[in-house]
Amino acid sequence: MRFVDEFRDPGLITKAVEEIHRLAQPGRHYRIMEVCGGHTHAIYRFGLKDILPEDIELIHGPGCPVCVLPMGRIDDGLALAQKNGTIFAAFGDMMRVPGTHGSPFEHKARGTDVRIVYSPADALQIARKNPKRHVIFFAIGFETTAPSTALTLMHAKREAIRNFSVFCNHVTIVPAIRAILDSPDMRLDAFIGPGHVSTVIGCRPYEWIARAEGKPVVTSGFEPLDLLQSIVMLLRQLRAGEARVENQYKRVVPWEGNRAALKAMAEVFELRPHFEWRGLGFISQSALRIRKEYADWDSEQRFDVPETRVADPKAAQCGEVLKGVLKPAQCKLFGKECTPEHPIGALMVSSEGSCAAYYNYEYRKTASLVTEISSVA
Amino acid sequence: MPKVRFRDSQIEMAHGAGGKASRRLVEGLFAPLLYGSLQESLGDAARVEMNGTPIAMTTDSFVVKPLRFPGGSIGELAVNGTMNDLAVAGARGHSMVVTFVLEEGLPSSILEAEVRAMSNALRRAGVAMVGGDTKVVERGKADGMYITTAGIGIPLPDLHLNPRSVHPGDKVLLSGPIGDHGITILLARGDLELEADLRSDSRCVLPLVEALVQEAAPGVRWMRDPTRGGVATSLNELARDCGLGISLLEEEIPMRDAVRGACELLGLDPLHIANEGQFVAVVAPDFADLALHALNNAPGGEDARVIGEVRKEPANAVLVSTRYGGSRIVDMLAGDPLPRIC
Repeated sequence: MRFVDEFRDPGLITKAVEEIHRLAQPGRHYRIMEVCGGHTHAIYRFGLKDILPEDIELIHGPGCPVCVLPMGRIDDGLALAQKNGTIFAAFGDMMRVPGTHGSPFEHKARGTDVRIVYSPADALQIARKNPKRHVIFFAIGFETTAPSTALTLMHAKREAIRNFSVFCNHVTIVPAIRAILDSPDMRLDAFIGPGHVSTVIGCRPYEWIARAEGKPVVTSGFEPLDLLQSIVMLLRQLRAGEARVENQYKRVVPWEGNRAALKAMAEVFELRPHFEWRGLGFISQSALRIRKEYADWDSEQRFDVPETRVADPKAAQCGEVLKGVLKPAQCKLFGKECTPEHPIGALMVSSEGSCAAYYNYEYRKTASLVTEISSVA
Repeated sequence: MPKVRFRDSQIEMAHGAGGKASRRLVEGLFAPLLYGSLQESLGDAARVEMNGTPIAMTTDSFVVKPLRFPGGSIGELAVNGTMNDLAVAGARGHSMVVTFVLEEGLPSSILEAEVRAMSNALRRAGVAMVGGDTKVVERGKADGMYITTAGIGIPLPDLHLNPRSVHPGDKVLLSGPIGDHGITILLARGDLELEADLRSDSRCVLPLVEALVQEAAPGVRWMRDPTRGGVATSLNELARDCGLGISLLEEEIPMRDAVRGACELLGLDPLHIANEGQFVAVVAPDFADLALHALNNAPGGEDARVIGEVRKEPANAVLVSTRYGGSRIVDMLAGDPLPRIC
């Protein structure tokens, strides 16, 4: 399969791993954060830890939109959906995420009309087909999915579809990276930059990380070879004492981003003064809300939202894991009270959360076994 | 009274998806109250003895939407599904009964088409339908129709299937490419604007099972048809039942490009996708070549492969490794596989 097989080629992968070994300075420990949840998922799914040198430590970043969404927002969205005749539409990613009174799927079992959609446009289509019912699209995601929500709102306004609104939870990646870097217990050497987000925002928004913080950033694709090449590029910079933003994912990411998508976002959204991130707390100017020109299609401006606040369970150490201070298995609840089936903390709810990815793909491997496999390969 | 451990407050779709929630329901509620006398783990079909004659017995319900899809339909599935459950339990289907739950307003032409599909499947499988029942429910209470079949079968000779007889070193065989059925259904629902040249793999696997048994019966230790929950779920159940680890080599798992592409796009693992015409078998190492040869030479078994082996570790789990040396655990799913979008 094109664009997949060549990036999983054992020969090329072996070469990249050799190059990483060659570039890593003996005795030095590298802490590299992959910002994006998609990368976290890929790293575990492809078992990259098995083939990387021990001194390359990958720290999982805050880039899983489902994980960082506070439970109160889910409660609010589901509360709006209780009004008679309302249809609650969301991506499959959201369906098992617990609110205080259960996940969207549990609400569905109790009678709420919950629909899985594959794009915001599908939710608008449901509204067109059910003119007597109100459809709430529960929007989540970073800049990756925000443009399609924006375009859908533009369509809704143009066609004057009144029975459709968006409960907007879109967040932006750069303030989250800043929050991580501002955290006092955080020591990172470099960043693997987000892939999908960068297709929209480009690479420029990361330049301050290199300039002001002196940390190299390489925007990366999601295949094993993409990630390994990105690590090679980061190690080369570190070895040369440089800090620049580079683009490994050129086949998809334009340096300047996608202007049409950015324009649609600017037309529909504005920054919220502050927004709560699960595990990280309030971060200013880190999320998007719908402009008042689109108020009629904004669930928050149109309806009374309960504005539920739910404190994260005290025992869960999501914040520490999210910032890379703790490894998933070092949390007291990991694998005991907190599992993908009964997630307590944020990072266990989505398969892209670092705890869920670790639990699903890594947790039950044994050290002896990993050696056995590498010797076969 | 036997102890009921099922604590979920209500039934959700996940309880029917064949993964962890299904297992919780079956083992926590049904098994202690209904299957109390059973000591063995629950397989695809039960074994009973009547006056000293062993028979295999099973039942299955079919609630597929849409009713027809490329490569098959609900009627055909209703026959093949039950035949396959008997086949992988090591039995040749003998006779079946059927129950139709029909929705008020269902066009007769649609019903007739499904009954014809069943009739053809019965003829191909060489099994007799010996009775049935019909119920009609109000409009909106069923997706056109639900079909339940039950079947009995006669055990094939010299075959002793038991997860506890599985040992480290045994080979894992797969009869053909995975994921065709699940992805075909996903695309046929039309919610995704994706198209692919793909058909359900719905078929009766008995001829393949018989070919395998004829050549390698003493070495065949366990079989399962990986329907809901896919190969990952079947092998996780085996790992748990035998207390060993199942180690697969990703590149050896046969799969069509369309299935792989759809899974890459939707963030699904093909090992979790449903099949309706494949089976997994664990075979003693000495018999593995014979078994593979037998499958490859039987019609429809050309793509069968050895996809991995049984190891001591990771105990109770399934590990998939790749040629470049990476590996991952593949668990059962909590419920239905859901596409990842954001």
